[in-house]
Amino acid sequence: MEIFTDVALLSRFQFALTVAYHFLFVPLSIGLGLILAINETRYYRSRSEEDAAAAQFWVKIFTATFAIGVATGITMEFSFGTNWANYSRFVGDIFGAPLAAEALFAFFLESVFLGVLLFGRNKVSPKFYMVSGWLVWFGSCLSALWILIANSWMQTPAGGVLNADGTEAVITDFFAAAFNPSIFARYTHTVDALLIMGAFCAIAVAGWYLLKGKHTEFAMKTMRIGAVVGIITSCLMIVFAHSSAVVVYEEQPTKLAMMEGMYDSEVPPLYAIGIVDEENQEVLAPFAIPGGTSFLATGTWDTEYPGLNQLAETEKYADMDVDELPVGLVFQSYHLMVAMYGLIMLTSILVLIFTFKGGKIAKMRWLQWLAVLSPIWPFIAIQTGWITAEVGRQPWVVYPSVTGPEGVELLTADGVSVSVSNWELLLTIALFIVVYLILLIGWCRVVGRFIKEGPVNPKAKGQVPMVATVAPGADGAASADNGDAAEAAADETPAPESFAATEVKAVAEVFDGKDPLPPFAAAEEAKDASAANASTDQEGRE
Amino acid sequence: MATFTFLNVLWFFLIFVLIAGYFVLDGFDLGIGVLYPFVAKNDEEKAVLRRSIGPVWDGNEVWLLTAGGALFAAFPNAYATTFSGFYLAVMLVLFGLIVRAVSFEFYAADSGWRKVWDVCFFVGSLLPALLLGVAVGNIYAGIPMDAAGNYIGVPLLGLITPFTLLTGLLGLVMFLAAGACWGALKAPKGSAVQQRMAGLRIPLQVAALVLFVVISVYGHFIIQPAMTPELGALRWIFAILCVGLLVASIVIPMKKDCDLGAFLAQSGSMISLVMLLACSMFPVLVTASADSIGPSIEILNSASSELSLLCMTIILCIGLPLVLVYHVIIYRTFSGRISEESLEH
Repeated sequence: MEIFTDVALLSRFQFALTVAYHFLFVPLSIGLGLILAINETRYYRSRSEEDAAAAQFWVKIFTATFAIGVATGITMEFSFGTNWANYSRFVGDIFGAPLAAEALFAFFLESVFLGVLLFGRNKVSPKFYMVSGWLVWFGSCLSALWILIANSWMQTPAGGVLNADGTEAVITDFFAAAFNPSIFARYTHTVDALLIMGAFCAIAVAGWYLLKGKHTEFAMKTMRIGAVVGIITSCLMIVFAHSSAVVVYEEQPTKLAMMEGMYDSEVPPLYAIGIVDEENQEVLAPFAIPGGTSFLATGTWDTEYPGLNQLAETEKYADMDVDELPVGLVFQSYHLMVAMYGLIMLTSILVLIFTFKGGKIAKMRWLQWLAVLSPIWPFIAIQTGWITAEVGRQPWVVYPSVTGPEGVELLTADGVSVSVSNWELLLTIALFIVVYLILLIGWCRVVGRFIKEGPVNPKAKGQVPMVATVAPGADGAASADNGDAAEAAADETPAPESFAATEVKAVAEVFDGKDPLPPFAAAEEAKDASAANASTDQEGRE
Repeated sequence: MATFTFLNVLWFFLIFVLIAGYFVLDGFDLGIGVLYPFVAKNDEEKAVLRRSIGPVWDGNEVWLLTAGGALFAAFPNAYATTFSGFYLAVMLVLFGLIVRAVSFEFYAADSGWRKVWDVCFFVGSLLPALLLGVAVGNIYAGIPMDAAGNYIGVPLLGLITPFTLLTGLLGLVMFLAAGACWGALKAPKGSAVQQRMAGLRIPLQVAALVLFVVISVYGHFIIQPAMTPELGALRWIFAILCVGLLVASIVIPMKKDCDLGAFLAQSGSMISLVMLLACSMFPVLVTASADSIGPSIEILNSASSELSLLCMTIILCIGLPLVLVYHVIIYRTFSGRISEESLEH
């Protein structure tokens, strides 16, 4: 079968698989990075126990997610050389620099300050810790910029020429290559989508706690942050998505034609849904707004646009075989993305209204459920958006864009590694599936545990178990201390820094010579204690 | 030599400098990962070892990505040939790095799967530690390539010869030595695990010294007898420096109780080894074996254009100082030995 022997197809499949998986975690990292940084800033300002717990909660979820994003990102950088050797030879003169810059400017920044986030809570000053949170987020946005510069250059090449013997693209102007025609539209479009993802994850976690009736204070706080970030990013998306569409219209005619299923020249209508009949080259749709797409792209209702058949007759796009193009896939991906945006906007507005209008969301179960399910919309939109962008430029890997330099183009099939055989690819694809599945299960376990655990105070964590193990048989002093601790938490007065330490020391002294409970039992009791703590917490406020 | 430009030569050595940076920095945490199941006898000792590299391993690993990105940008043909030619080996390194990175973060959070993440940490450290040396052995000893520079030998198994196995072993032993030096430096002074790590330094470095001598003789007289490097004198300097530092890293822990000195001498020996390789290979990046159709990949047939290299140089001049500042910040923040409190993070 062709699919098992065609190296180009297998290479594409492996790249699609690994990059889609990577892009499951990148949106979460960049999106949640902002939520984390906001929470750290809040905590930095208030220094309250609750904000400490909230900030620590997001640090845990963020770092677990970030780890997979980093790990699966290595695959992507290696894959240019491993699977796309001829592509690398063709574009290395231009394409390598952004990748090296990404590592130097972004990866180091992210990874070093991630170390601070992970281990530095008690080692560095609160301000430094808070700034580290912002730096990790800033680093990940910078990383997105460089990799999107690289990707956008493949979509709309600039700042380079084909060398004399036609074997490689050579750089002529670094800034023209970096700030190529599509970078601004595509960067803002992508990063905004990732921030929506982060906001919706915050909303979902908050919705879950409201449904369960746990950590309601934290949930409402998180819901407010999520609602604000969600509505801002969703509204901005109108501008960013539009400018992205305009760039596709101006620079990538075959992609636009595939997105709207235009086989023959026409004034493009706007479809909400439809099916592409690839054999008869037509779109079957229940309804369409005549000239709608034309209006969105150009502002006029009657601009005729070349279809795929007409484009294939031009010299520039002569390499394209219209019958082979996956028009249906691009059409559906694009329209699914737009449909998901509708749900995103709807959810954002509902959550915003009912969160801020007297916090009604706290009692609206259906809206809580909607909030829990809401990350699915940006998740689908992000994946289908990238499918539209990447499949839509086929059969080229370096796309001959309208304003692109003459000859700086490469067919995807010509970019593969000659020395890699189909069975090696089949082996690695199988390995990727197994390893990535294990990682996904591991991630779900870890994040599921964090969510179940909820926002627990990092300081109380080391202190409560010790006290709790003593409490049953200990004298009054220790249990009175315990009560004090609970009260202090309920009053929301931040405990003095040294409090926890002296407490632990005192308890340890009481312990001397006795057999402490096994760690497991201690943990169980700690859980009870913190649950009791939480309930007094709530009572105190009501 | 007149045909090379300044930027050509600069980037040839910068690639090796980045590789040396990677070996020194990630070397010790790969070494810790391989030693981990053998040296740490209980959960607390495991926690000490993991914590010793916890805040820094991620930043260390970025050196590999930087070296890869720089190779791609500066010598695209060398990047394409090695990464696609060593396909399965690169993939094994990659899978190692992936499961290792994740095991690190998930271990503490997922007590039910601790065994899984422990195995991932060990295997994920062992694969890169062993295979990186094998890869280096291959680019020195030579691989069969077609006219366009594509590897035409047997996948994976074709890369394994007695010589490359020896270089792989040398790489592994040096990473282990680095790990032992780091463990001895970071674990609580006098603790059992610190003693064990300290005790491993001398035998590992003696093994490294022996392997180094064997490989040098084997490589010089049997594998590449015809190789006449343009930088003969520099090569001798680095060879002597490497031997000297290896000896120093054996003598220091014997004579004096200076864990930092042992670590620095060990790191210095790794840097000298990589620079010795650079001087031996110059101007070749990937050697063509005798059964090759195409020529070796060297500076002239693989370097990017002058403008591209100039852009990269500017990027590096801005980026590298920042990177060094980040590293100073993180290593200072987490300097000193691991204390009991810092384990409950």
